[in-house]
Amino acid sequence: MENHDENKEGIGGMINPRRYGIERVAYLLMRLSGLGLLAYFIGHIYETSSILKGQVGWNEFLALTQTNEGHAILAIVIAMCVFHTVNGIRVMLGHGGVGVGKPARPDYPYIPASQNARHKMGIYSAIVLAAIAMMYGLAVMFGE
Amino acid sequence: MRESIIMKIHYGTALAAVALVAVHVLMRLTQSFAESLEYANVIANYQFLPYAGMLEIILILLSIHGFNGLRVILLELKQGKTYEKAVSYGCLAAMIGLIAYGSRTIIMVNMGMI
Amino acid sequence: MTLVPSIAEEQASTPLSSAKSITLRIARFNPEHDGERKFMEFTIPYEKWTTVLEAILEVKKHFDHSVAVRYSCRQATCGSCGMMINGKPRLACFTKISELDSDVITVEPMNNFPIIRDLAVKFERLFDTHHKIKPYLIRDDSEITSNEKEFLQTPEEVEQYIQFSNCIKCGLCNSACPTMATDSSFVGPQALAQAYRYVADSRDKGKDTRLKIIDDSHGIWRCHFAGSCSQVCPKGVDPAMGIQFLRGYLLGFRS
Repeated sequence: MENHDENKEGIGGMINPRRYGIERVAYLLMRLSGLGLLAYFIGHIYETSSILKGQVGWNEFLALTQTNEGHAILAIVIAMCVFHTVNGIRVMLGHGGVGVGKPARPDYPYIPASQNARHKMGIYSAIVLAAIAMMYGLAVMFGE
Repeated sequence: MRESIIMKIHYGTALAAVALVAVHVLMRLTQSFAESLEYANVIANYQFLPYAGMLEIILILLSIHGFNGLRVILLELKQGKTYEKAVSYGCLAAMIGLIAYGSRTIIMVNMGMI
Repeated sequence: MTLVPSIAEEQASTPLSSAKSITLRIARFNPEHDGERKFMEFTIPYEKWTTVLEAILEVKKHFDHSVAVRYSCRQATCGSCGMMINGKPRLACFTKISELDSDVITVEPMNNFPIIRDLAVKFERLFDTHHKIKPYLIRDDSEITSNEKEFLQTPEEVEQYIQFSNCIKCGLCNSACPTMATDSSFVGPQALAQAYRYVADSRDKGKDTRLKIIDDSHGIWRCHFAGSCSQVCPKGVDPAMGIQFLRGYLLGFRS
C-alpha cells in the first residue's frame, strides 16, 4: 500500500521522457549516460589491469574486447561520453543561473523563460555532437 | 560534509576530467587505434611518468565524480536513514576500492614490476 | 415578489448541451477500502469554452454526485483543482476541453500527493516544505518600529521577485518533478521557488538562514534542471528559474 499512501509516480514516471519536452529527454539521457559511463569506467580499470599479467594476458584481453561487438560498445561509450560532457556543461551553467532568463512579470500564456531556445539548442547540440563522435569512432575502429 | 561542498567537488571533478580525458583519448589518435593498444606502446605510456601521473589523476577524478553521481541517483530512488547511510558509505568504499585497484596497475607498470 | 431558485434548482436547470461530446474517464479510489484505482466513464457534451472542471461538475450534478474533487474559485486563483489531465498535471478550471484535442479525457489525482479520495489529494507535505523555507520576510526591525515606516522598494527591486510571488500553491510543479516521483524527502520545486522569492526580496535579510535549510542531501541539489515544474506552472512562476538562481548563491555565481 506504500504506493497508494504516497501516490508517488515512481521510477516509471521519473524516466518517462514523453510528456515534458526535450529537457526531460536530456534529463533521462544524462542519467543513463552517467550510469553507462560509470559501468564502462569500472570495466576499463579492470580491463587495463590485465597488463599486469604481461604481454600474453594483455593480448588475451585485447582479443576479447577488440571485436565487432567490443567496437560497437566503445562507439556507444564515445557517444555517451560526448553527450554527458556537453549536456553536463549546459546543466552546470544552468545550475549557476546562467542562461535561464531574467525574472519578469509573467504574461499569459506563461511560456517559462528558463526553458529557452539557448538551452534547447544546447541539448540538441549535445545529441548531434554525440552522434558525430560516435560515427567518427566507428570510422576509426572499423576503418582499419 | 555539507551537500554544497560535495556538489562543488562533483562539478570540479567533472570539468577537470573533461580536459584530462580529452588528452587521454587524443593520445590514442597520435597513431593508429590498433597500434596504440599494442603491448609495447601501452607499457611505454605507463612508464612515461607525466602520462602515468595524468592517468592517476583521471582515475581519482572520475571515481569521485562517478560514484557521487551514483550516490545521488540512489538517494533519490529510496529514502530512509539506514539506506541513505549505506548508500553514502557504500559509494565511498567503492570509490576508494576502485582508486586503489587502478592505482595498483598504474604504479606497478610505471615501476616496471611486471 | 420574485422567486429566487434554490441552488439545487439553479444547477439542475443549466445542463451542458452541445452537439460535441467527449468521454470523461474519472479515476475512482478510496484508500480506506479500495485495493486499486478504477475508472468510470461518462459521456459529456461540451462547448468551446467548457473546462475540465465544469465537465467533472456536470458528472457530479447529473450522473454521480459521489465523485470527490476539490475546487473553489474556478479561475486559477485558489490552486485547489490540480489533477492529472490526460497524463499531465493541470488545473481543471484552467484547462479547456477543446484545447486538449482528444475525444477521451482521463482525470486522475495529482501524482506525488497522497490520495484522500478520487481526485482529492492531501497537501500537508507541500505546506510543510513551504513552511520549512520560512516564507516570510526575515529581519530584525519591522515596518511598525522602523523610522521609515515602510520598507520602500524600487520597481526594479520588485521585478526581482514578483514573478515568484504569483505562486498559488496548487502543487502542479511538485507533481511534474522527476525527483519528487521517487524522493519523498525532497523539498520540491514549489518550496525552493518560494525560498528564492524571499531571498530575492530586497527587504529580506534571511538569505543565509534559507540557504542553510536547502543545502541538504534532499534539498536544492536534488533538482537537476529538467524544467518540468516550469512547463506545468499555470501562473508563469517558472520555479526552475528561481531554483537555479538560488543555487547560483550556493555556487558563488551570485552574491
